Amino acid sequence: MGEKMEKILREELEKEQKKEYKDLVKNTKPKTPYLKNICNAFWIGGLICLISEVLFLILQNFGLADKEASIWALIIIIFFGAFLTGLGVYDKIGRTAGAGSIVPISGFANSIVSSAMEWRREGFISGLAAKIFTVAGPVITYGIGGSVLLGIIKYICMVMGGEI
Amino acid sequence: MSFTADSTFIFENPVYIIGSGAVGGPMEGKGRLASSFDKIYKDLLCDFNSWEDMEMNMQGDALFYATSKGDTTIDDLNLIIGGDLLNQITVTNFMAATLKRPFLGLYNACATMAESLAVASTLISGGFGNKIGVVVSSHNSTSERQYRYPTELGVQRPQTAQWTVTAAGSMVLSNEGSSDSPKITAATIGKVMDFGIKDPNDMGAAMAPAAWDTLKRHLKAMNTTIEDYDLILTGDLASHGHQIFKELCTKEKIPVDARFQDSGIWIYSDEQDVHSGGSGAGCSASVWSGFLLDEMKKGKYRHVLLIGTGALMSTTTSGQGHAIPTIAHAIEIEGGR
Repeated sequence: MGEKMEKILREELEKEQKKEYKDLVKNTKPKTPYLKNICNAFWIGGLICLISEVLFLILQNFGLADKEASIWALIIIIFFGAFLTGLGVYDKIGRTAGAGSIVPISGFANSIVSSAMEWRREGFISGLAAKIFTVAGPVITYGIGGSVLLGIIKYICMVMGGEI
Repeated sequence: MSFTADSTFIFENPVYIIGSGAVGGPMEGKGRLASSFDKIYKDLLCDFNSWEDMEMNMQGDALFYATSKGDTTIDDLNLIIGGDLLNQITVTNFMAATLKRPFLGLYNACATMAESLAVASTLISGGFGNKIGVVVSSHNSTSERQYRYPTELGVQRPQTAQWTVTAAGSMVLSNEGSSDSPKITAATIGKVMDFGIKDPNDMGAAMAPAAWDTLKRHLKAMNTTIEDYDLILTGDLASHGHQIFKELCTKEKIPVDARFQDSGIWIYSDEQDVHSGGSGAGCSASVWSGFLLDEMKKGKYRHVLLIGTGALMSTTTSGQGHAIPTIAHAIEIEGGR
């Protein structure tokens, strides 16, 4: 009995010590410059969107239909995301921009190309090809999963609405 | 030789540091301690096939500088002890394959230099060698890809994150040395601590309790106080971790003053965007082998306590939600002059 009590007491003490320590860590943590980060994300993310919009308008001017123009604009942005990754510039942009350069599609290109570059040295099949979606994997998995789910919901709604 | 029940070793037979070498990457070459490196590489690859090959070469270079400054050669070393941060410490193993000398590979993450020095000193003092070489390294890109993300991925790092140092440090220990060679006089082996910190982007906070525990134990075992030392130099706690370490010491009534310094804070300048500071096995290895020993030879520091700190997690343990276990070893060095 005594031994058991001792063990419980020791565990309690350890728990308390850990909690106390977590508070100390929290109190000494350097502050994240949220305002600066948000502003940077806003203007760099905004700039990427602005460039795509300008591209879209130029392409429209060349006589492309809306849908085609937007696809071409996307392709160009993806290309530059990949190109800047290859040049070793995109990670430097990302360090300042945060979500501003991750959320646009150029960020998706960055996640795929950076993985491909990283594992190129381990071979084209078991390296590059196997690891290329390491970072983008979750986006693809949950993107596809989410769209399937929404598709089913839409279908049910349509059946219930008498459209099918 | 004497020891305590809690593994503090006192080296009565002298262990001299007869030679040391430090090499660093381009970032380290722009840092505060740039002039203390024997060689600074122009980039992170230097025309090698991979970053891993580059790191291997860095270890070889560091060992070369250490042996040549100690007026000896790699072939004269009885034993080589070392490690790095990669899985199965492949960098050190592959480097050792080129040397054809007896070899012990060690891993204690960023505390590997302290661990290697403790083992090497024990062997020298115990009479199991005349000359032992110690070499430890880390490389920013090899570590990033193993522990975090692809190096070219554009992510923002939190304020508590540390920058893995690209550097290697090496020392040659011997039972015979000149009167001005620094001596390793004692070592305390650390206990693995777990204070429940899970954030791999805040390793300083995870390692601080280990450093604090080892410091307490070392002072008690050696019957010394902070006043007996010129410098208490931790391995790579960096700003956040070092601040916590100092607060823990204050709570324990250990007086904290300018003697408390950290290699991870020293290595980079404030303008370099590294957030909390440097980390990695190469951080303590290169700062101790380079800057610190230079300053000791100049007579700036005479009695130094080094506390190498290491975070012993992997991406698997972090992924499975475990807290980060950490360790710290203490090494006591006395200057020759």
